[in-house]
Amino acid sequence: MANLKELRGRINSVKSTRKITQAMKMVAAAKLRRAQNRAEAARPYAERMARMLASLGQAVAGNPDAPKLLVGTGRDQTHLLIVVSGERGLAGAFNTNVGRFARARIRELEEQGKTVKVLTVGRKGAAYLKREFASRIVGEVSFQGKKQVGFAEAQEIAARVTAMLDAGEIDVCTLIYNRFRSVIAQVPTAQQLVPTELPEASPAEPEGAQAWYEYEPDEATILAQILPKNLAIQIYRAILDSAAGFFGSQMNAMDNATRNAGDMINKLTLTYNRTRQANITSELIEIISGAEAL
Amino acid sequence: MATFDLELVSPEKLLLSRPVEMAIIPAAEGEMGVLPGMAPMIVALKGGVIRVQENGAITEKLFVMGGFAEITPTRVTVLADEATPVTQLSRAQAAERVREAEAAYAGTASTATPEERELAMDRLLAVREMEAAAEAA
Repeated sequence: MANLKELRGRINSVKSTRKITQAMKMVAAAKLRRAQNRAEAARPYAERMARMLASLGQAVAGNPDAPKLLVGTGRDQTHLLIVVSGERGLAGAFNTNVGRFARARIRELEEQGKTVKVLTVGRKGAAYLKREFASRIVGEVSFQGKKQVGFAEAQEIAARVTAMLDAGEIDVCTLIYNRFRSVIAQVPTAQQLVPTELPEASPAEPEGAQAWYEYEPDEATILAQILPKNLAIQIYRAILDSAAGFFGSQMNAMDNATRNAGDMINKLTLTYNRTRQANITSELIEIISGAEAL
Repeated sequence: MATFDLELVSPEKLLLSRPVEMAIIPAAEGEMGVLPGMAPMIVALKGGVIRVQENGAITEKLFVMGGFAEITPTRVTVLADEATPVTQLSRAQAAERVREAEAAYAGTASTATPEERELAMDRLLAVREMEAAAEAA
């Protein structure tokens, strides 16, 4: 039978664990709200960008000199995967999910005989993929220690991708991240960045005729400027989505941990009380039988 | 007077979305006044100040750091790389960025391709605009 002192110690230790997880949950909830706001704030830009790109894409469709960012290199040999993960752990299966998804994708591509290169964004994803695919990793980006990730960081990543594409090092670029569906659901998603998947021109557009636009300076120049920005905004959006998802996942994980700690405390308290009573009973029996013997 | 909807968005937020009478936007090939009913256009922007006019007076000035504008007869959407209301510009910060851009431009003198030089020049001109706008405010 466990002794009372030991049980008391265990109860206290679980109690302090519960306090920590509870605090972490609160912090994650506050950060989640902020991350969600930021993700929301970035949406109008991305939407307008998609609309503009749709009309531009139509204007240059079929042009043989269309920029590489739009149509790709025409090959399909070397794939770059940008894997966006969290900076920290203690967030349930968040990092593992995106890592596993990326791993399946890498395997699949390599089975088809493609060359795979990996650029990781976030510390945890890098650690996960390094074990198996260290030779494929061409770069790591980490925002550790940064309070918040701005558009400038996304632009840097986009610039790297563009440079690799221009140098002919990659043919296809795919972004893998946890899409934020709701606070409790984050879905690992792959989104193709290069060649650009053009958003469909929305049929609801009242003007109807996208091709009427005049361009100043001209289509090619504007397209050459808009494409890297589109790339950056897509990456930025993925990073923000992933950040919001991370805090959602962390909040959940910590909520579960808090609940489990509560259950554990109840169970331990029950055992503690039973043991205490059993001790008292046996003491009483001893006293009574001692008295009777007299 | 007739109005059109002006939207100004940066990657970080939506700065402006309301009907206005006229907007003067810094297009890459010269400033451009936009009135309602303009022919559809997509223009590239350079660094400069967007001026919004309502009731015949300029009511708002916002500095943008390059980007694009989509113009339709009823709506103008400005996608700015970076946008700040002129009143919130800091002169010291602008001066700092001018120095950085000047250094970057000087750095391109020997090694870079003409396109890169041009890009650095555009950037320098944009931050100079920013400094000027900060001083005027």
